Amino acid sequence: MRRGVLGVMRGAVVFAFALALWQAVVWLTGAPHFILPAPGRVAQRLWDARELVAQNALVTFAHILLGLLLGSALGVSTALQLAMSPLSRMVMRPILVFAQAVPIFALAPVITLWLGYGAASKIVTVVLIIYFPVTSAFFDGLMRTPQGHLDLARVMGGGPLRVLFRLRVPSAMPSLASGLRLAAVYAPFGAVIGEWVGASQGLGHLMLLANGRAQTDLMFACLFVLAAFTVALYYAVDRLGVGLAQRFTEPGG
Amino acid sequence: MQAPAITLEGEARIGGALLFPLLRLELAAGQWTCLLGASGVGKTTLLRLIAGLDTGAAFTGAIGASDGAPLAGRIAYIGQADMLAPWLDVTGNVVLGQRLRGEAPDMAKARDLIARVGLSGQARQRPHTLSGGQRQRASLARTLMEDRPVVLLDEPFSALDARTRAEMQELAGDLLQGRTVLLVTHEPGEATRLSHRALLMTHAGLSDLPLPQAQPVRDFDAPETLQRQAEMFRRLRSAP
Repeated sequence: MRRGVLGVMRGAVVFAFALALWQAVVWLTGAPHFILPAPGRVAQRLWDARELVAQNALVTFAHILLGLLLGSALGVSTALQLAMSPLSRMVMRPILVFAQAVPIFALAPVITLWLGYGAASKIVTVVLIIYFPVTSAFFDGLMRTPQGHLDLARVMGGGPLRVLFRLRVPSAMPSLASGLRLAAVYAPFGAVIGEWVGASQGLGHLMLLANGRAQTDLMFACLFVLAAFTVALYYAVDRLGVGLAQRFTEPGG
Repeated sequence: MQAPAITLEGEARIGGALLFPLLRLELAAGQWTCLLGASGVGKTTLLRLIAGLDTGAAFTGAIGASDGAPLAGRIAYIGQADMLAPWLDVTGNVVLGQRLRGEAPDMAKARDLIARVGLSGQARQRPHTLSGGQRQRASLARTLMEDRPVVLLDEPFSALDARTRAEMQELAGDLLQGRTVLLVTHEPGEATRLSHRALLMTHAGLSDLPLPQAQPVRDFDAPETLQRQAEMFRRLRSAP
């Protein structure tokens, strides 16, 4: 708990310093507000446009969370599938790596073309962007079960499926947690790309509009809300990860 | 439960190089056999071969039980680490074997065995809250739960302090009585206390080591135990 309070304080100090630096740059360069709005101006704009921002933010958050859930579920089941069968490892691994090699920026327009301007294309973009890190981290964990545990299971005569779910999956929980942490950071990225390419609502859409109309302060306001959400999401998932690690490994070991 | 005798006969190579030459290891039915020798001479490999585990060595020869039935499913094993699952409490670890085989866990038996190794008060604790000795007791309870006629022990007590080690030797000697046991150890003292037969393994093969007349588990401070222990240590040191 004490560490939590300290962490929040440290975060607040860093945030205040960043704001001060930002304000200093505005004063020193005398940049016009449509190039670089001062923090106070952005805050004012955020307050004035709170309804518009909140409306669009909720849409984006929903895309992010749904994509995160679906992508994680898909990643977890793929990793299990890979761990169970050498054949699927042989077939799936190159496909996975190839899929990851295709930049999501290039793919997003096609996804929008196929799935339309609604929620589906955004959610799928998020799923695609987090699928690989979740799969890869969890699969690595599943393949790194301590040899001693596997030897024991072998001598005990354990069935492969039961060994997978009773030994290998619990051992791999900390690895899954690292995959989910990465996913939490990548997911907002995926949703915004989807909204940039084509949407009628969402923060990405709003930012694009604001930018086009030289409403740089509104753009910054959206950016701030998105960043705050990403940080909150990361901390929530991080707490989940710490909980998983404590439950499934020896503390301090 | 009729414990069988076990015979291993053969040689092992690692990448073409001889690990141990043609040798014959006999484990008498229902008795403790201790295997001593320098590190890297192949003691653990022998044990793992009997357990049916991967060894990284190519073995040519035969491993069989005196009753002719296959060994798989009749062996319990404790390795150098206790290998307790950190996410399960003591009871969960004790019934892990049954769970892995898809059997309904026998909780009454688990409770009884946990009491016999003296862990009743810790039955719901996870391993990281236990001392080294308590962890080894939990591991012993798990082995007893498997109720196998053959038990393979690979330096199970090497990480314990002297007092706890002596206690564990007595407990294991008592609770594993009547089973065919192979104990791999570096400790002449442990071998002198526990074994019906002690063997020295060198690159040349196996040879018998002297043991006291008394039956195991022998008192650690009996003059004959100490004398044999010293002789055994001398043989270990002069081994090539």
